[in-house]
Amino acid sequence: MGKKAILIDITKCVGCQQCAIACKEENNLPDIEETKLSATAYTVVEERGDHYVRRLCMHCNEPTCVSVCPVGAFDKTPEGAIIYNENKCIGCRYCMMACPFQVPRYEWNSTTPRVQKCRMCIERIQTGDIPACVQACETGASQFGDYYQMLQQAHQAIKNEPDKYVNHIYGEKEVGGTSVLYISDVPFEKLGFKTNLGTMPLPDLTWEALSKIPSVVLVGGTLLYGIWWITNRRKEVAEFERKIKEQEKESKED
Amino acid sequence: MKNSFFGKLTFWKVTAIIILIIAAYAVIVRFTYGLGAVTNLKDEFPWGLWIGFDILCGVGLAAGGFTLCGIVYIFNIKSFKPIVRPAVLTAFLGYLLVIAALLIDLGRPYRIWHAIIMWNPRSVMFEVAWCVMLYTTVLALEFSPAVLEKLRWKFPLKIIKSITIPLVILGVLLSTLHQSSLGSVYLIVPSKLYAFWYSPLLPVFFFLSALTIGFAMVIIESYLSSRAFNRQLELPLLIRLGQVMPVLLLVQLVIKIIDFANRGIFNLLFIPRTETYLFYFEILLAIIIPMLMLFNKKIRHSRAGLFYASLIAVLGFILNRMNVSITGMEAGSGTSYTPHWMEFFITLGIVTLGFIAFSYAVKYLNVFEKSSEQVVAESSVVNLAKQLGLQVDK
Ligand code: SF4
Ligand code: SF4
Ligand code: SF4
Repeated sequence: MGKKAILIDITKCVGCQQCAIACKEENNLPDIEETKLSATAYTVVEERGDHYVRRLCMHCNEPTCVSVCPVGAFDKTPEGAIIYNENKCIGCRYCMMACPFQVPRYEWNSTTPRVQKCRMCIERIQTGDIPACVQACETGASQFGDYYQMLQQAHQAIKNEPDKYVNHIYGEKEVGGTSVLYISDVPFEKLGFKTNLGTMPLPDLTWEALSKIPSVVLVGGTLLYGIWWITNRRKEVAEFERKIKEQEKESKED
Repeated sequence: MKNSFFGKLTFWKVTAIIILIIAAYAVIVRFTYGLGAVTNLKDEFPWGLWIGFDILCGVGLAAGGFTLCGIVYIFNIKSFKPIVRPAVLTAFLGYLLVIAALLIDLGRPYRIWHAIIMWNPRSVMFEVAWCVMLYTTVLALEFSPAVLEKLRWKFPLKIIKSITIPLVILGVLLSTLHQSSLGSVYLIVPSKLYAFWYSPLLPVFFFLSALTIGFAMVIIESYLSSRAFNRQLELPLLIRLGQVMPVLLLVQLVIKIIDFANRGIFNLLFIPRTETYLFYFEILLAIIIPMLMLFNKKIRHSRAGLFYASLIAVLGFILNRMNVSITGMEAGSGTSYTPHWMEFFITLGIVTLGFIAFSYAVKYLNVFEKSSEQVVAESSVVNLAKQLGLQVDK
């Protein structure tokens, strides 16, 4: 199938909310208007000054949520979609705490709560269709296609109109790159995007520590055993010497 | 004299009962209406008081178990033996309570066993889960002689005693991994955790501070119990602990300075904002004050001096864990969080349960060595348990 991407051109978004409505329909979510991502809104269009920013899961190339989940409830599909499996989830919420884009949402008022977020309409795209939200977009602000083609298209747009667009594709490099890409005519930090995330995939940070466990166990175990052996030996030797002395005493007395 | 003690006794008893009733109510609400009904947690701030205090502080304060086991069995300093068992019991109960808190905090606690069969070795939480499971088992085994002696089961007792050394080594290793991995949990949030606390050395800091606080807890427990039972405290032993502590604190301070230099963030120390003040406060309590106190020979050689230095260090330790898990995360998460009153009461209830469980264990098992002329330092917990009105025999 190959890797897919959603390209969002902020300059073309008019805030009509068609994507949000279509997403709710597609995923059978309650038909209420929401202004923030929630367990019942996988995508929303947020007003930022005179601009509109559509938010949804970024579908990271090296997803933090996949790496942190202790039970492996998140998977990355060959299309690059990050999919949550509610049957595995134990509800530790580490995925929510760790996601750099603060995307996953929780069903706080349920006794069998699930994590909720955009699924890149995986069933649709696996049958060759495009996501419901992209299909609903009438202005071309949201587009869907092959990842490299979308990236190319973003570069082309900036190259064609360098005065209009800022020279930054948000999602090209952030935390190792994402499958949702944004282009804009104002700097991203002015639109509330996090621009301090760096280009290093976050899972590398924890792997750095985790990969040291075997050596900690090996070195630590040997060290502890060694110390015990020495201190124990000392005690034995002391005991032995004491006995010898006692024996000597006895033999002298004899 | 007797009267006033009795008055105190009822007061604590009543307080404990009230706390437990409110906590039980909160737990019922939590399991009927979900986490949202009893917590102020939200999507942008999914971890709160239970993770920050019950789990991070709980595990840290249980560190006395592995430090004492290491001292007595690995370093063969047998003079500390009388206080090993109470320390192991405190650690064991501490871990059971951490698990209890975890079961309340998890969205779907009945699936906790998933971690055993659904592996993700790239997750720190996976490591944490295994450390909790394995180390609680080790602690149970380490404490089991107390139960087996009571039951007079000679054979299993013999087996346990014969594997003491491997068990202790395993315990120390698992503790090291567990204490440090709780710090590693936060390695994944460089953009959320404020720079004072976010550091690639988080696991090192978590381990070293837990080690130090293990000593501090032993000193505190010994001091309070010796006061409660009017017994002579074995001062020379505690002075030896009090000698190690400031060295460990100094090591932490030096690493912290090197870490700040490496990351070039000294300038942040002069920005007037909440995090800065909290950080100064934390460093003073957790490191500077106890270190200076314990480097002073006169203070170190007095019971009260040792006790207050340790107490300040423990408060600083708790502040550090709260800063890492809550206050240091607020700005980066773009939100604020104050625990719901029911979160407080569930935490209080869990702590109360710990005291009660400890007092029962002390009542029915040989936690403290009775015979020796050696003075037995009993735990503060016994004292409180006594005040809760529970019979504790010596
Ligand atoms: S944006 Fe967050 S939830 Fe989405 S894939 Fe990335 S880490 Fe996972
Ligand atoms: S809340 Fe569920 S999906 Fe998220 S990390 Fe925990 S177990 Fe995994
Ligand atoms: S891709 Fe599908 S699930 Fe995701 S926001 Fe669009 S419609 Fe919703």
